[in-house]
Amino acid sequence: MDTDSKAKKYLIGRKVDRFFIKVHKASSFTIRYFKELVTSPHEVGEFVQQCYNIGYRSLSLITLTSFITGYVFTKQSRPSLSEFGATSWIPSLVGIAMIRALAPLVTALICAGKVGSSIGAEIGSMKVTEQIDAMEVSAVNPYKYLIVTRVTASTLMIPVLMMYAGFVGLMGSFLNVSQNELTTLTAFFHNAFEKITMLDIVSSVIRSLAYGFTIGIVGCYKGYNTSQGTQGVGKAANAAVVASMFLIFIEEVILVQVINWFR
Amino acid sequence: MAEQKINNLSRVIEVKDLYKSFNENHVLRGVELELSKGENLVVLGRSGTGKSVLIKILSGLLKQDRGTAIVLGQEVSQLNELSLRALRQKIGFSFQNSALYDSMTVKQNLEFPLIRNVRHLSRKEINSRIEGVLDAVGLLQSLNQLPAELSGGQRKRIGIARTLILQPEIMLYDEPTAGLDPITSIEINNLINEVRARFHTSSIIITHDLTCAKTTGDRIAMLLDGQFVKTGTFDEVFATKDPRIQSFYDYNFIN
Ligand SMILES: Nc1ncnc2c1ncn2[C@@H]1O[C@H](COP(=O)(O)OP(=O)(O)OP(=O)(O)O)[C@@H](O)[C@H]1O
Ligand SMILES: [Mg+2]
Repeated sequence: MDTDSKAKKYLIGRKVDRFFIKVHKASSFTIRYFKELVTSPHEVGEFVQQCYNIGYRSLSLITLTSFITGYVFTKQSRPSLSEFGATSWIPSLVGIAMIRALAPLVTALICAGKVGSSIGAEIGSMKVTEQIDAMEVSAVNPYKYLIVTRVTASTLMIPVLMMYAGFVGLMGSFLNVSQNELTTLTAFFHNAFEKITMLDIVSSVIRSLAYGFTIGIVGCYKGYNTSQGTQGVGKAANAAVVASMFLIFIEEVILVQVINWFR
Repeated sequence: MAEQKINNLSRVIEVKDLYKSFNENHVLRGVELELSKGENLVVLGRSGTGKSVLIKILSGLLKQDRGTAIVLGQEVSQLNELSLRALRQKIGFSFQNSALYDSMTVKQNLEFPLIRNVRHLSRKEINSRIEGVLDAVGLLQSLNQLPAELSGGQRKRIGIARTLILQPEIMLYDEPTAGLDPITSIEINNLINEVRARFHTSSIIITHDLTCAKTTGDRIAMLLDGQFVKTGTFDEVFATKDPRIQSFYDYNFIN
């Protein structure tokens, strides 16, 4: 809110200084989340509402994309596997691909688009229409009401959506398998989970928690720092999607490495 | 209303030598201001002179660069989060564009600050307080409407009702009549006077509407180039020969 009104003195250089100021702003915003999360009062009603918005309202999109991902992935893997006469490996291959990699990533990217942009736009428009200032002056903590609820809901809902996406993806795969081979649903799922360990599932859940947190906090941060009127709202929504997708890929690389040390 | 005697001379707001700039834009340059208990002070000034900035500093939304802004005995910029929140419960801020929460109905808009600031209210007490302020602004029938379904004037009233619900001691009105037709403006002016009579508030009313200034203000302060150049009753202020003040007056009544 407060524009820097000090004389122009840069510690290193204009760009470098700006970068560190941004990093500082973003990290204090994130640290504040944890502080406000543990202090009462808690906005339980708004939190539940946000779980509904983020979780339930993304269901149809997640269903469609993960079903198609499972189906297409299976269809495209078949020719090369059948060259070796190894089509019976398909369920197990799809199981590994889906649970370890595709479900977390597909869910995170779809939600970065859907949830991230809607949080960014909503908070952003509340900012430019002074609704956030109105909360402040009526002695309500807008950070608690708007940010903590959304970030927590997104952190908890993305893992749930991820598990659902994994299941639906396997169903898509099963559709393709049953079109080509004789198999039952139970046999398919049995094979799909044969090579899956507890660590695989835990790893996917942990990564999804991280992605959910990223989507929520980036969307809120971009929205909360919107300026320049309605034009800024579009920018905030857009920046929220781009930044959270970028961070999700970086986190994916790092987290997969870290979790592999435990194998 | 304007001739109402101010018996209690205690200052609720005291601003001294206040400066505020945004980069190269020096908005406030040595503002001095006092508001007595029970007084309606009108701040006049052209667009962009920093009227909104001034009351945002008074409510702690912005921080001044220099000078003091004392509200109810406390320097606003020095307060920690908790004391600032306590102070804000005593200040009602009616925004220039109403700033109603779009996603909530009128009732939820009014309830929002109430249930978060006054704990342990029963459902009945909440409802009676909501009805009380809605009645004061004359919009009881809009209880379950969304802000998008209201007219600009109705939104202004709901905005005022929402600030009244915490029973503030000080009201800050940011252009309460801007963008409204003359009749609705007069209704809002009367509402401002009614609010004072009913809730015993002291108010700062920002406007560039001279009818509003004349009907609501005990005292008028003219903000020009970042300072108050003239303070006094309506007639005193416009009796001066300062061409900048005169042109303000002429312009208003040509329209
Ligand atoms: N948050 C901000 N960041 C940068 N500049 C700002 C900010 N808020 C206000 N300003 C600048 O301060 C100046 C005064 O703004 P302010 O909103 O106080 O004007 P005003 O007197 O209320 O005008 P109006 O009658 O149009 O509402 C403007 O030039 C504006 O650009
Ligand atoms: Mg203004």
